[in-house]
Amino acid sequence: MPAVTETIETVQSVTEGTYKWGFETDIEMEFAPKGLSEDIVRFISKKKNEPDWLLEWRLKAYALWQKMEEPRWSAVSYPAIDYQDAYYYAAPVQKAKPKSLEEVDPELLRTYEKLGIPLKEQAILAGVEGAGETPADGGRLPVAVDAVFDSVSVATTFKARLEKEGIVFCSISEAVQTHPELVRQYLGTVVPQGDNFYAALNSAVFTDGSFVYIPKGVRCPMELSTYFRINAKSTGQFERTLIIADEGSTVSYLEGCTAPMRDENQLHAAVVELVALDDASIKYSTVQNWYPGDAEGRGGIYNFVTKRAQCRGKRSKVSWTQVETGSAITWKYPSCVLLGDDSVGEFYSVAITNNRQQADTGTKMIHVGKRTSSTIISKGISAGRGQNTYRGLVRVAPTASAARNFTQCDSLLIGDQCGAHTVPYIENRCMTAKVEHEATTSRIAEDQLFYCRQRGLSEEDAVGLIVNGFCREVLKELPMEFAVEAQKLLQISLEGSVG
Amino acid sequence: MLKIEGLTAEVDGKPILKGIDLEVPAGEIHAIMGPNGSGKSTLSYVLSGREGYEITGGSVSFNGVDLLALEPEERAAAGLFLAFQYPVELPGVGNALFLRTALNAVRRGKGEPELDAMQFLKLARERMKALSMPEDMLKRGVNVGFSGGEKKRNEVLQMALLRPKLAILDETDSGLDIDALKIVADGVNALRAPDFSALVITHYQRLLDYIVPDKVHVLMGGRIVQSGGPELAHQLEASGYASVKAA
Ligand SMILES: Nc1ncnc2c1ncn2[C@@H]1O[C@H](COP(=O)(O)OP(=O)(O)OP(=O)(O)O)[C@@H](O)[C@H]1O
Ligand SMILES: [Mg+2]
Repeated sequence: MPAVTETIETVQSVTEGTYKWGFETDIEMEFAPKGLSEDIVRFISKKKNEPDWLLEWRLKAYALWQKMEEPRWSAVSYPAIDYQDAYYYAAPVQKAKPKSLEEVDPELLRTYEKLGIPLKEQAILAGVEGAGETPADGGRLPVAVDAVFDSVSVATTFKARLEKEGIVFCSISEAVQTHPELVRQYLGTVVPQGDNFYAALNSAVFTDGSFVYIPKGVRCPMELSTYFRINAKSTGQFERTLIIADEGSTVSYLEGCTAPMRDENQLHAAVVELVALDDASIKYSTVQNWYPGDAEGRGGIYNFVTKRAQCRGKRSKVSWTQVETGSAITWKYPSCVLLGDDSVGEFYSVAITNNRQQADTGTKMIHVGKRTSSTIISKGISAGRGQNTYRGLVRVAPTASAARNFTQCDSLLIGDQCGAHTVPYIENRCMTAKVEHEATTSRIAEDQLFYCRQRGLSEEDAVGLIVNGFCREVLKELPMEFAVEAQKLLQISLEGSVG
Repeated sequence: MLKIEGLTAEVDGKPILKGIDLEVPAGEIHAIMGPNGSGKSTLSYVLSGREGYEITGGSVSFNGVDLLALEPEERAAAGLFLAFQYPVELPGVGNALFLRTALNAVRRGKGEPELDAMQFLKLARERMKALSMPEDMLKRGVNVGFSGGEKKRNEVLQMALLRPKLAILDETDSGLDIDALKIVADGVNALRAPDFSALVITHYQRLLDYIVPDKVHVLMGGRIVQSGGPELAHQLEASGYASVKAA
């Protein structure tokens, strides 16, 4: 009977480990010597042919970092990280930055192909050119991709087409060369070098990342996306993303990431800065799928990321959507500082922890401008021995008259060895502001599973369906193509969590 | 089709089914009546494979297959359908998605091609029209906020889509208005075929005016204590279960 075979296959795929992105690419790499010192910072800056002001900026960050203590306040636990035992620069050997995809090492192209990341413009463009916002039947909307492999950006697609609109979309190292005034004006203005331990580390040694500038009044005609891949061993990844939406502009940006399966833990300490000016809107979506480690908790990525947006302009809007399925440890709080009057911040999050994964994630909404509003929808799912913490801060300054916040935190437990924790901090210093918080915790009920199975669904499919239902409010915020991928990912992440 | 022999089962160590013998030949519809707590729902859960019901003896064969050896989803794929006495809510799961996932799971089990969203929608609309169900029920979460009667009709819609070989309806008539009762009965009657059987659990003779059973069984204290033709239901309606005990 086919159903029986299928069940067996599911069980096998579970026991064999289900991280499907765990392969390694064999490619010639260039490393800086292991460890961290002022010399390494200078080495990186020199490699990137950076102007003096940026080197100075990095050195200042390094000096700040040396005086800082690694924070330990989150609910996650992990052994001490030896910062001298990692590489801070690892790049595929390339003579010069390739000018076209033809010049990119085919081994790299194959890697991205395997990961399902479209780096070939023609392939995606076929049949959709000129179709505008709506894809032709069954067609895909074009997505411009910046691919970051270990420390450097290897390719950016659709640049020419974007340049026509005046949009700058390239790696940040390239932007330093081509648009130094923009980078200098905005870099570190949202997340200063000394903001926190990991941000300082990142500021000192960041190697690459994406840069986006959308000029006044421009609606970015396609999704922009960066795809991060950690490949090399013992390498930290410190990328830096800077997105500026000038007055009245709109952009939707996606970020995806994977890493090979390894026994050791790897550190990923990124910084993302978003700036939205008057009437601008930025939608930032992440599907985080770093290697989570095996069922016993060996290996996996430590994901310690600082993501912050400033809604500087009046009526500006920033929306963070994240689906966090990977990483051994996730520690991040994409935040919005709502400075402009009537500006809007949104945070939609799904965080899954399975096996021994730990996640401490949430957001900060800082209301400064008048009538600013924020919405937080957080869905935490814990399975296996996973531990999931929502930590959120809503701060309303006395200036933020008539500000509003609505927070909803829902937790779903699968099995009885996992945990869910909700830690909301509310600091309201404005009489006319309204802050609402709702929280629920539920378990996938036996009767729900049985109902689905009686209708012919396998237990895994039933869990997937119920979990997707639980996350629906968040998933519907994702761009279409990502939503489908995210749904599959949720299911894969939970394989083996029941029965 | 379905052959139950000497079936005993317990819940939390408490014996509920105490030796059920029942045979439903292909093409027949049998009704099961019995007082509250006599084990009717327990029987339907045991047949469909719900966890927590320990089978302590007996056997069930379904079209020659040992039903009790199969997982619940395998029983569904083999053609067994249970219309729940208390249909379960699945928040956030769209009814359309759920129905299509279920239909395709069962179709896969039968080796039939899966339906895409468009094909499914066409079929679902057809079946819904036949059951006088408003189309917006497809958009809502599975059973979420449905009225009691709507939940029951949703069960019948699922049955109409999945086209089982054996349908067990556990008090599907409870809580239905007269019109809905007819609709549900029509749904069952439409499935009548030489290779379709049904076990209709009910407290009311009224339903059996619309779904005329081939046999009526009385389940009491975990045993089938009396079986007869449709007239047995009338007799129970008139004089209650006391008359059975006396018999
Ligand atoms: N989990 C359980 N633990 C203990 N007893 C149970 C459990 N589930 C069912 N029972 C008992 O088993 C008996 C049979 O219950 P069942 O639901 O099968 O009755 P029924 O015939 O369907 O009744 P009704 O007509 O009210 O629906 C009842 O006495 C009930 O209390
Ligand atoms: Mg019952």
